[in-house]
Amino acid sequence: MATLALADAPMLDPQVRKRLYETMVLSRTFGTEAERQYKAARIGGYCHLSSGQEAATVGACSQLADDDLLFTSYRSHGFALARGTSPGAVMAELFGREEGCARGRGGSMHLADTERGYLGGWGIVAGQLPLAVGAAFTMAQTGQQRAVLCELGEGAVNLGAWHESLNLAGVWDLPVVFIVMNNVYGMGTTVDKASAEPEVHKRAAAFQMVGERVDGQDLEAVMEVAGRLLTAAREERKPSVLECMTYRYRGHSVADAGFAYRTKEEIEEERERDPVVTFGKALVDRGVVDDLDEIRERAAQQVQEAVDFAEEAAAPPVDSLARHVYGDEKTAQQFARMTKGSPFGEAELVLDMELGDD
Amino acid sequence: MTDTATEQGTTTMNVREALRAALQEELAADERVFLIGEEIGVFEGSYKVTAGLFEEFGPERVREAPISEEGFTGLAVGAAMTGLRPVVEIMTLNFILVAMDQVVNHAAKIRYMFGGEIGCPLVIRAPNGAGNQLTAQHSQSFEGWFAHVPGLKVVAPATAADAKGLLKAAIRDDDPVIVVENLPLYKEKGEVPDDADFTTPIGEARVAREGADLTIVAHSFSTVRALHVAERLEEEEIDAEVIDLRSLRPLDMETVAKSVAKTNRAICVEEGWPTYGVSAELAARISSACFDDLDAPVSRVGMAEVPMPYAKNLENATLPHERKLFAAVLELLGEDPGTEWREG
Repeated sequence: MATLALADAPMLDPQVRKRLYETMVLSRTFGTEAERQYKAARIGGYCHLSSGQEAATVGACSQLADDDLLFTSYRSHGFALARGTSPGAVMAELFGREEGCARGRGGSMHLADTERGYLGGWGIVAGQLPLAVGAAFTMAQTGQQRAVLCELGEGAVNLGAWHESLNLAGVWDLPVVFIVMNNVYGMGTTVDKASAEPEVHKRAAAFQMVGERVDGQDLEAVMEVAGRLLTAAREERKPSVLECMTYRYRGHSVADAGFAYRTKEEIEEERERDPVVTFGKALVDRGVVDDLDEIRERAAQQVQEAVDFAEEAAAPPVDSLARHVYGDEKTAQQFARMTKGSPFGEAELVLDMELGDD
Repeated sequence: MTDTATEQGTTTMNVREALRAALQEELAADERVFLIGEEIGVFEGSYKVTAGLFEEFGPERVREAPISEEGFTGLAVGAAMTGLRPVVEIMTLNFILVAMDQVVNHAAKIRYMFGGEIGCPLVIRAPNGAGNQLTAQHSQSFEGWFAHVPGLKVVAPATAADAKGLLKAAIRDDDPVIVVENLPLYKEKGEVPDDADFTTPIGEARVAREGADLTIVAHSFSTVRALHVAERLEEEEIDAEVIDLRSLRPLDMETVAKSVAKTNRAICVEEGWPTYGVSAELAARISSACFDDLDAPVSRVGMAEVPMPYAKNLENATLPHERKLFAAVLELLGEDPGTEWREG
C-alpha cells in the first residue's frame, strides 16, 4: 500500500492544499444537507452519499487534466463537486429542476457536466466501465492525449463487464484508469464474502495491467498515485487499476441506516481516520490554514445557497416530457404526430398530466 | 420506392452486397465511422458482409474484437458519446443478449437521462432468421424487444435498396439505431441506386404491392413471404396490398392506416413469436386507429410458440411459412382456408 506521511509528501502549493480541503469540506457538507433534504422529501429516488470517501474522490479528481474525461457509478455527488460543477446545479438536479446539471431528467445517480468532461453517473453496477473504455478508445483512435478516469465500487468487480472492460483496455492499450472505491461493503456484503480475490488491485495482473492499492483516506497519497497512473494513461496509453481503501460512514443509500451489517464501534473506529478531519488538522499544524471554522462556514453558506437556488429553480415544463428522447427534430415530430391509436401517445399523456397537475 | 434516389443509375446486387456498399461508402466519406465486431476483419465477417473492408480501411477502422459482446458493444456506446460513429456487428442477433444492458440501459438512455447534453450516434447491425436447422439458440427474431424501448430506433430492410439506404441513414443518424438484417435475405437481389448520397429515410414504410382486398403488414423477410403469397392469391382472384414497414421504431402508422382504410382488412406477419410481438403491437394500433374501417378482426401470423426444434419437419411446422399466411388470409376473407397452397 502506498502510504506517504504528509511530511514526506511532495511539497504542494499551500493554496492548492487549501483549495482541496475546501472541496472536501464542501462535499461532506453537501452530503449531510442532501440527506436532510431527502428526509424532508424534497429529494426523491435513491440518494447515495459518499461521506468518508472525500480524500479518494477529491484527490483523484485533482489529478485530472482539464480535458480528461470522467465516468462514475451512482455515488456521484462528490465527483461532480470535485470536478467543479456548481453545488447549485447539483442540488437543483437532486430537486428535479430544469436548471439541474442533467435538466432534472437524471437525478442523484445521473449527474453529468459535459463542459467539465464528466460523462455521467451511471446506475447499473459496472455498466459505466465499457463506456469509459469506449471514451478511451476514442482518444486512442483520434490520437488525443487525454485520459479517462472510471470510478466504480469494489462490488462491481465481480461482474462480466469488469472483466470484459479490463481485457479490452489491455488488449488495445487504452488510456483509462479504473479507480475502485473499496469502501468494504457492496450494500451490506463485505468484499471478502463477495470476491474470491478481495485484494482488488491484484486482479489487474490478469490483464498484464498495473494495479495499485492506496490508502484512500490519505489525500496526498491518492494524489500521488492517481497522478502517476493518469499520466501513464495519457502519455503512454497504459491502462491501470487504482484501488482506494476507504469507508463510507453513512448507509448504502439514505434509505439504509447502515447498522444491519456492521457495528457502531466499527464506524466509530473508522471515523478516527476521517480524511476531512485528518487533512484539516495537518493544514493547521503546518500553518497553511489558521481557522478551519471559516472554511466550514463558507461551505455551509455555499450549500445553503445551493438549496436556495434549487428551491427557486423551475421544474421542467410538463410539455417537455418527450424532449431529448431523440436528437433530430424530424423524429421528434414523427413521435408527436403519432397519437391517434398509434405509436407512443406522449401528447395524450402530457394532456392527462396537465389536467391532473396540482 | 427509394425516396432520395436521383437520376443516376442503379446496379443489381444482393442484400449482402448492398450492406457492404453502404459500409464502404460511409467509411470512405466520414473518418469518424469505424466497424467493430467479431471476425469482421481477415475472416471477412461470419456472413461475409464486411468482405474486403479490412483490406481497404485497415485494422483501426475495421476493428476485430474478441468474443466479448458486452465489452465491445459498451465500448462502442462510449466511443459514440465522445465523437465517433461506431458500427457494431453482432454475429447474429441471438448473441446480443449478453450485451442487452449496454443497449437498453445505456445507449437508449443517454440523451434523455442527461437532459439532451450527450448523444449516442451508434449503429448495431445483426442478422435474425431461421430455416437452416440452426435450432433453439440461433433461430430467433426479437427485434420487437428493441422496438419496445424509447431512445432506440429499429429498422429492418426487406430489399437490397433499403438494406443500403437504411444502413446509410442509420450511420448518419444521431441516435442509436438497431439494423436488423436477416440470414435468408442476404442473397435476395434487387436494384440499388448508385448515388453515394442515397438513403432510405428512417420511419417511413413502403407499399411493396398495391391491392384492394386486404393489407398484409410485414417487415424484413416476412415481406418476401408476403409478396409470394400475394402472387398466389391472385390466382384466387384476391388482390392483396403488402406494406413493408422498413422501420419498426419510429413506426409509420400513417401508411398502414391509409392502406387499411382502403382494404378494410389487415393481417400482420412476422418471423418472431407473435405473443407480445411486432404483430401484437400492429394489431393493437390498427384496431384502435382503423376501428371504423375494419370489416374483420385483425389477424396475425408468426413463428409457432416453441423454442426452434432441430428436426426438419418440426422446424417447418414452426416457421411462419407462406402456406400458413395463405391459409390465414383466406380465413380472414371468409374463404375456404383448406384451399391448397402450391409452392410457386
